[in-house]
Amino acid sequence: MPLTPVKLGYLPLIDAAALIVAHELGFATEEGLALDLIQLNSWAQSRDMLGAGLIDAAHMLAPMPVAQAIGLGPALPETDLVMILSQGGQAIALSNALTTALRDAGHDFAFTDARAAGLALRAVADRPLRIGVPFQFSTQHELTRYWLEHCGFADDISVVTVPPPRMADAMLAGEVDLFCVGEPWASFAIERGIASLILPGRAIWAAPPEKGLVLNRSFTQGQLELTGRLMRAIWRAGRWLDEPDHRGSAADIVSRPDYLNLPSELAERGLTGRMMISPLGEIRDVPDFIAFNARGASYPWRSLAAFFADRIARRHGLDPVAAMQQAMAIYRTDLYRLHLREAAADLPGASARLEGALAADFAVPAERGQMILRRDAFFDGSVFEPPFAK
Amino acid sequence: MDKRLSIIVIEADVERAATIVDGLREAGDHDIRVISEVAGMARHIAEMHPDIVLIDLANPSRDVLEDLAVASAPTERPVAMFVDRSDEQLTRAAIEAGISAYVVDGLRQDRIKPVLDAAIARFHMIQRMRAELVATRAALEERKLIDRAKAILMKARGIDEEEAYALLRKSAMDQGKRMGEIAQQLVMAAGLLTCR
Repeated sequence: MPLTPVKLGYLPLIDAAALIVAHELGFATEEGLALDLIQLNSWAQSRDMLGAGLIDAAHMLAPMPVAQAIGLGPALPETDLVMILSQGGQAIALSNALTTALRDAGHDFAFTDARAAGLALRAVADRPLRIGVPFQFSTQHELTRYWLEHCGFADDISVVTVPPPRMADAMLAGEVDLFCVGEPWASFAIERGIASLILPGRAIWAAPPEKGLVLNRSFTQGQLELTGRLMRAIWRAGRWLDEPDHRGSAADIVSRPDYLNLPSELAERGLTGRMMISPLGEIRDVPDFIAFNARGASYPWRSLAAFFADRIARRHGLDPVAAMQQAMAIYRTDLYRLHLREAAADLPGASARLEGALAADFAVPAERGQMILRRDAFFDGSVFEPPFAK
Repeated sequence: MDKRLSIIVIEADVERAATIVDGLREAGDHDIRVISEVAGMARHIAEMHPDIVLIDLANPSRDVLEDLAVASAPTERPVAMFVDRSDEQLTRAAIEAGISAYVVDGLRQDRIKPVLDAAIARFHMIQRMRAELVATRAALEERKLIDRAKAILMKARGIDEEEAYALLRKSAMDQGKRMGEIAQQLVMAAGLLTCR
C-alpha cells in the first residue's frame, strides 16, 4: 500500500521529538504515513504556512492557536489543537550579573523552589527586568509572568521576543537579563558561559503544556481518518519517548544534522532531566523535566485553553469570558478520544478540570478503569477554574 | 490625492533587497526604506511609523515583528494586523510567494493591493533565482565529488579515467543510487583509510 504523504512543520527543539521519532522509528509508516518534516525558522512562519495549507500540521506553542482563536492574529482559516505534544521542557536562565548578585545574596540555585528563587531575584533586582521569550503567545511567556507577578514584580518587567537560537546572543549583547526558552536553547547558553539556570518551567507550574499538534479545521473535519492516523503515529512515538531508557537514543536522533544539528549531549540534558545549571558544571536532576504522553500529558484539556485565553485576553484588553469560550472550542478533547481510543490511550472522563488542583499524582476514573494524572500545582497554590460549559 | 506610502523592506541580502525595491518602485511613488540589521529592529520600525512592512516569510526574525503587530501599550504604535484581514486570497498568495506583510490598521485595500502584488511578483522571481542557485551549486558539488572519486579509483586500482567512471556508474546502477552518492561514500571511506 503506498504511504500517504503528510507535511509537518516543526521548529528545532527537543519537544519536536515525538514528530521526529514518529518518522525515524517507523511509527508513521505503521499508520501508512510518509511524514515530510519541514524545519521552520519562526512560529509566525509555522502559523502562516499552516493557514495557507503549505503544511498539513504544525508543532506549535500551545497558546498560539488560542491567540488566533480569540482574534489576535492574521486572517487565517480556523485551526484545532488535537493533542499536546510535550509538557515542561522549558528552563529560565539568568544573566551572569544577576547570577552573581543572587549567589552573593546566598541563593542556593536549588532549581526547585520557584518562590525562594523569585523572592531572591526580587531582592537583588535594582532596575526593571528585561525578559526574553520565544513568542508573545507562548507557555514561556505565561510561566515567566506568572512566576514574577507572584513574587512581587509588577510593571517593572518588560517582555521581548527573541528567537530561541538567538537567546544566548541576546543575553550576551545585554538585550535581556533573563529568558525562558525550550531546550536545548537554555543549555546552549550555559555551554557558552553566558548564563545560569534558575528554574525549570515545572517548578512554576508542575504540568505546563508546551507544544501542541495543530491542524486546520478543514483538515480535521475533511480528513478525519488521516487526522487519526497522524495522531496515533505521534502518540505512539510519545509513548516510546516516555520510557526513560529511550531518552539517550532520542537525544541522538533529534540532534542529527537534519534536525537540531547540535551535539547530542546538549539535547540529552533536557531529555534525561540531568541539567547543567551553570558554567561551573553544577548538575541538578529534574525527574520528568519533559514529558510526552505519560500521566495525561498529551490530553488537550479544554481548561488549559481557557487558562491561556483568560491571561492573554486580559493583557490585550479583550473580554476574557468570550475569549475562554472561543479558546475551549479549539482544544479538541473530542478528537483525542475519537482517534486515540484505538491506540489504547488513557482517556480521562472529563474534558475540562480545575487547573492546578493536584498537589500530587492522582488516580481518576478513565474510560477504561483508572488513569494517573500528573501533579499540576502552581507554585503559589492557586487554582484556575474554567467556565464549565455544556 | 493619496499621500505616499511609507514602506519598509526587511532584508539582509543587498541584492535581494534591491530586487524587491525595484519592483515596489514600479508600483507607485512610495517612500521605501530597507532594514538589514536585526538588533533593535522592532524599535527602529516603530520609530519610522511605516504603513507597510515587508519581510521574507522564512526570516528568523519574524517573531520579533509579531510584537509590533499586536502591541497594546499606548507608547508602542502597532504596525497593526498583517495583510488586510478581509482578503484571504491575497494573504494566501503572499504566503505562497514566501512573503509576509504587516500593514497599518485602516489602510485601504486598493492602496495595499498594488504594493503587495508587486512584492509578490518580486518574491516569486527571487524564489526562482534561489532555486536555480541551489540546483547549480548541487550539480557542481556532485561533479567535484565524482572527479575526486574517479581519481581515487584510478590510483587504487591502476585504471584509467574512463574505466573509473564506468565502475562508478555500474556501482550506482547496481545499488539503485545516484553516482554522486556513491562518489561521496567512496571519498569518505578513502579519507578514513588514509588517516594516520
